[in-house]
Parts: sequence; C-alpha cells; structure tokens
Amino acid sequence: MTGELGQLALCLALVLSLIQAGAGLVGARPGAAHARSIASGAALGFVVFVVLAFGALMYASVVSDFSLLNIWQNSSTDKPLLYKITGVWGDHEGSMLLWVTVLAVYTLAIVFARRGGERLTSAALGVQGLLALAFLLFILFTSNPFLRIDPAPFQGQGLNPLLQDPGLALHPPMLYIGYVGLSAAFSYAAAALITMHGDADWARAARPFILAAWITLTLGITLGSWWAYYELGWGGFWFWDPVENASLMPWLLATALLHSALATERTGAFKTWTLLLAIGGFSLSLIGTFLVRSGVLSSVHSFASDPKRGMFILMMLVAAIGSALALFAWRAPQLQEGAAFEPASKETTFLLNNVFLVAACATVFIGTIYPLALEAYNGTKISVGPPFFAITFAPLFVALMALVPFGPLLGWRRGNLREAVRALTPALGLAALAGVIVLAVARPVSLAAAGAFVLAFWVIGASALDLWRRGRGKFRALPLSAYASTLAHAGLGITLLGIVGTTVWKGELITVMNPGQTATVGGYTLRLDRVEDVQGPNYIAQRAVIDVLDNGQVISTMNPEKRMFPRMGQTVSDTAIRTTGFEDLYLALGDQRGTGWTVRAYANPLAPFIWFGGLFMALGGFASLWTRLRLKVRAPSANTVPAE
Amino acid sequence: MRRALFIALFALVFALPAARPAQADASLPAAVEAQNGPEHIADPSLEARAVALQKQFRCLVCQGESLDESNADLAKDLRRLIRARILAGDSDKQITDFLVSRYGDFILMKPPLQEDTYLLWFGPLAVLLIAGGVASWVVVKARTRNRVATD
Repeated sequence: MTGELGQLALCLALVLSLIQAGAGLVGARPGAAHARSIASGAALGFVVFVVLAFGALMYASVVSDFSLLNIWQNSSTDKPLLYKITGVWGDHEGSMLLWVTVLAVYTLAIVFARRGGERLTSAALGVQGLLALAFLLFILFTSNPFLRIDPAPFQGQGLNPLLQDPGLALHPPMLYIGYVGLSAAFSYAAAALITMHGDADWARAARPFILAAWITLTLGITLGSWWAYYELGWGGFWFWDPVENASLMPWLLATALLHSALATERTGAFKTWTLLLAIGGFSLSLIGTFLVRSGVLSSVHSFASDPKRGMFILMMLVAAIGSALALFAWRAPQLQEGAAFEPASKETTFLLNNVFLVAACATVFIGTIYPLALEAYNGTKISVGPPFFAITFAPLFVALMALVPFGPLLGWRRGNLREAVRALTPALGLAALAGVIVLAVARPVSLAAAGAFVLAFWVIGASALDLWRRGRGKFRALPLSAYASTLAHAGLGITLLGIVGTTVWKGELITVMNPGQTATVGGYTLRLDRVEDVQGPNYIAQRAVIDVLDNGQVISTMNPEKRMFPRMGQTVSDTAIRTTGFEDLYLALGDQRGTGWTVRAYANPLAPFIWFGGLFMALGGFASLWTRLRLKVRAPSANTVPAE
Repeated sequence: MRRALFIALFALVFALPAARPAQADASLPAAVEAQNGPEHIADPSLEARAVALQKQFRCLVCQGESLDESNADLAKDLRRLIRARILAGDSDKQITDFLVSRYGDFILMKPPLQEDTYLLWFGPLAVLLIAGGVASWVVVKARTRNRVATD
C-alpha cells in the first residue's frame, strides 16, 4: 500500500510540476497575474506530493517493507532505527528522491519569499518546475524507489556498512541542500534573463539561496572529509577522489558567486558575469550528479551503474546547460553593463577572487574529467592524483589567500590602497612571526610549512584586525553581519593550518603488536593490552584495548575495532581517535598476525583545525544569511542593503 | 567582444568532453609475484623513501587510492616489491620505470607530461591567463567609465 501511495504521489507531483513550469513561464509576462496564481498553487501542490512520496519511502524503510525492491536491497530488520531512517538516502533511488524533496523545499521558499517582484518569482518558479519535471521523469523511468517484488522476502540484504555512520547520515542531505540551493540561483538567473526586468533584483532575490547553498556545501564537504578521516582508517582527510571533486567544484563556483552577486547587488557591477556564474554553479552540481550517479566513476559513492541512468542525466545536463547558455547568449548582450570603479576598490578584489576561484575550479574539472576523456579519445589510461593537484591547484589558492585580507578593507568603487596596506601591517608582522617560530621550533624543518603558516596567519590576523577596526572594542554593538566575512576568511586560514600540520608533521607507525608490547608514535607511548570479541547490533567486532602512556601513567585507553557485518560479508575498521583539539592520536586495528595484531597509529598535529575551519566558514555564512532574513522580516520592500 | 570572451571561457571550463560509461576493465594486471620484500625496512631513511614512493603510485585495483593507503592484496604486494627493489639498491627512478613498464602510466598518481597530457597540464594555466586577461580588461574599462562619470 505504501508503495502505491508513493508512486501515486510521485505521478501527481510530476503533473503539478508540469503545470508549475508552464504557468510560471507564462506568468513571467506582464499582466499575466492569473497564470502566476496557478503557478504558485501548482508549486504548493508539487511540494505536498513530493514530501508525501518521501515520507512513504521513509515509512517503508522504518517498518522494513521488503515488498519494495529498494528497501529489500538496502535494508534489513536488524539495522538500527537511525540507519533505517538515514538509509533512505543511502542508495541511488532514495537519494534522487531526496534531491527532489530538497528542490521542493526551495520551491516553497521561492513561493513565500516573493523576492524581486511578481514576474521574476513567476519565471523562477517556471524554471524550478522544469527542473523538477526532469528529475521526476528520471526517478519514475530509471530510478523508481517504489518498484515491487513478489513474493516479498522475509529479510533484506542490508546497507553498506561504510554508510552506517552518523557522519555519513548527514553528509548527503547537506550536500544536496547545497547542490539544489544552487538550482534556486540558477532559476533566478534564468528568470532575470527571461523577464529582463530589474538589473540587480535577481541577485538580491537569489543571494539568500546562494548563501544557504554555500553554507550547506561547506558543511557537507567538511562532514565528508571528516568521515573519510575517521572511517577509512588511513588518517587521510582529502583524496582528490573524483567524487570529492564533484562536490568541491560547485563549492568553488558558489564561493565566487557569493562575492560577485554581492557586487552586482551593491553597485551593479559584473551583471552578466554573475548570471553566468549562477548558471555555471548549478551546471556543476548537475555534472557532479552525473559523474557520481552514472557509474562513469565507481567508488563507495556510486551504486549500481546503469547506462540508462547515465544517458538520461547526460541528456538532462545538456538540455539544462545548453538552454540556459543559449538564453544567456541571446539576452545578456542587451543588459547595460554599468561597472564603474577604480582599480583600487572592492570590485577589483572580488574580480581577482573570481579569477582564482574559477581557475581553481577549472583545474579540478580538468583533473577530474581528463582521464575519462583521454580514455574515450585514444584508450590511454592515466591517473590524476594528489601530486597533480598539489602542483596546479595549490598555487592558485596561495594567490587567493594572499589577496583575501584586502577585500574587506577596500571600499566600493574607490578604495584607499595605501591605507589598507598600513592597516594590514600588524597582520603582516604576526604572519612573519608565525613563520619564524615555525622554522625555529617545529621539526622536521619545512620551508613550505613555514610559508603556509605565514599565509594562514596573514589571513587570520587580518580578519581579527578587521573585526577590531569595525568594532573599535565595542563588540556588543557590532552587527552580526560584521562577523560574516571575518569568520569565513579566518576559517580559511584555520583549515590551512590543519592541512599543513597533519601533512608535514604527521607521526606514523604501522607495526605488529603482541599483547603487553609497547610502541611509540609522535611522543605517545602505546601499549596493547588485549584484543577482545564484542557483539554489535548487526556486526561482530574485534576490539583492541590500547593504553596510552605518559611517563608510565595511563592517560587514556583507546578501542579501535574491526567490524565484520555478516549479512553484507564486509569488514570495516572503526578507528579510535583521542583529540586535544590541537592534535589527534589516531588508531586503527588491522589484521591478526600470529599472536599479534597489526596496529596503525598516527599522531596528527593540528588535524582538528581542518574541520574547525570549515565550521568557521559556515558560521560566517550563517551570520550573513541571518542578517538577510531579519532584514527581510523588518522591511519587506526595502531596497537598501546592510554592509555585508 | 567581452561577452564572446566570457562565452569562450565558459566553454573551456564547462564543456563536457564526450564521456562514456566506463567499461569493466579486462586488463587488470595479473597477480604480482611478491618479490620477497619486507613490509617494513628497519633503516628509517630507506623506509621513508619507500613511503614517499608508494604515495606516487596508485593502487591498480581500487578507485583513486594510492599504494600507501590501500588494503588490497595487490597493493600490499607492490609495497613489498618497492622495498625489495630499494634493498637491492635500485634508485627511485629505476623503480618508477620498472613499475611503469609493467603497468603503464596508469600507475602514476602524477601523470607524465607528454603530447596527450599537454591540455591537462597547461589547461588550468590557460584558464588562469584568459580569466586574468578578461579581468584586467574589465578593470581598465571600469576605470575609464568611472573617470568619465566623475568628470
């Protein structure tokens, strides 16, 4: 019954999205008020039925309704309740339904925000409707989660144990809220081109969506990296894996868009460019989905590869990107380009920010696509791994970070570069000091690490200075918005510290330990006490009891595990991490060797900073978004905008 | 003109090369005879060389993992092979050449610079130069406009 309800809800949502698309686009014309109310009504109905379908799938998963093929393939009765719920988006069909559900939530926000006027809203709803239509067709024809099996089996096949993890339960929804948030920016950009009405209105309307997308992409990537760190058992946090790259590319363009849309909104600069970035950002979300879902790449993220799905997404991709670009090429030349600013101004720093971010994005794109393209072209197989990105991507980010402190200090249209340099002198001093200290104290000596510390403290110091300059010591009086760029930029520096710390000064030990034996890694002494068998809810595990010693005193006991999931026949390692906030001691249990056990131990200095930095960035985004939403509540039609 | 440049830039960045679904790879290397190398070399400097080397090669049977971080049997064998070669006195270059001759460029995490990877290595630089050029042009135009407006 649940299956039929879900199926019916999806079909109704499909019809309503078609009506929403048609009426919305008609409503973009002046005077078509009737069509606009039809579009809003259809959009609301679409939201209701998509949420109903999602609820039906979740219910089926919770009650273990194995008459649904999807539930049978990906669940089992002994799976903990949390993973029955989050497992809904752990597989291809469910995650596509989640995608449409998130799209529905954004559609609802567009209906109620009514930003940028009736015609813009209507056109944006029309474009959202087309996107919803495409994704619903995709679900119903290639990835239907409500397919039945007859007779229904008694037990399901279970979920990939790597995915049975709280971090990963949250990671996909976060990324999807980000990806799909960019769809709202895309829809507003297309709407602006369709209506050709109000130059900066669309940027103002789209900005909360861009912010929401950027925040959730930041959190999603941070969570994903944290998950890889503690779950994969090698202490690595970023692998330049194509699937990671697929989420990094939209983030890079969203960051560029965040800045350029602000300039468009405030001074009318970069109008056409911001439109193009909004189209590009969502295009990369779609490309990311294509790469992950089509089976072109295979990894832990891509499920059953099915060429039909790949072809469908590819066609959707070409249609969406192609028509958006055609619209852009047709309409954008008619926009009045009004940028008038001095070379020393905020606009110039935003432009450079965009240059480096777009180049960085292009680097990741080329590095991700090239092996696939080359193999298709002449059959040559190559690998593009971390060393490639270290050479090509890292210098771009170094240049970007060197420029970051100037942005907040220079005014719009005409800034004072000399004054900005003078204001930044203390930050430069702090940065130089940090570099010298690193060279003097940290071993092994690393010039690259010292350089990275200079850069990180340059950015962090400048952020702190900026806050000081604005607040003049009275931080309580400071509007929340003043913290936005400060927190986000400082987060960038903090993440860099973490990356450098773990990369350069990592202590690493891979050894076979017998019970009672001790070993040292990065200043810690470890003693393997015993390895015992434990029984989990749906796994059996070998758990090591390892004491961490300091001067013969036990300061901590850690329990890395090796978990065997019999239903899936898979073994995963459950790492143990002891963190001080400044350093992680990281233990993973390997195979049994005779009477001993392989133990992998890492001392990762500054590792937590990688994720702290991500949180700082997201908090900065929240500060900006919160200010926006409050302003909207207080003065719905205000055309004035606060300092960012 | 600027719009044409933007569009060209866009095409360069986003044009999706004709991708096709990857086929099951039939050319996986035959199992390597582990050349009796140890899993760990006692001499720290030689071990450090081995670790640095194994980060440069990919695990051939996994997705995107290096030999350094793979649990696959083949990766274990290759880690021992690298150590056996180091103990036999081979240079890093000899070991790299040996592995490439056996498994092809695919094993290199850092793709070689050759005719069919020029676009890979210089593409990002080209994008940077084009974007930088467009940006300079925008700044010059904006300054002119600003001066005209304030005069």
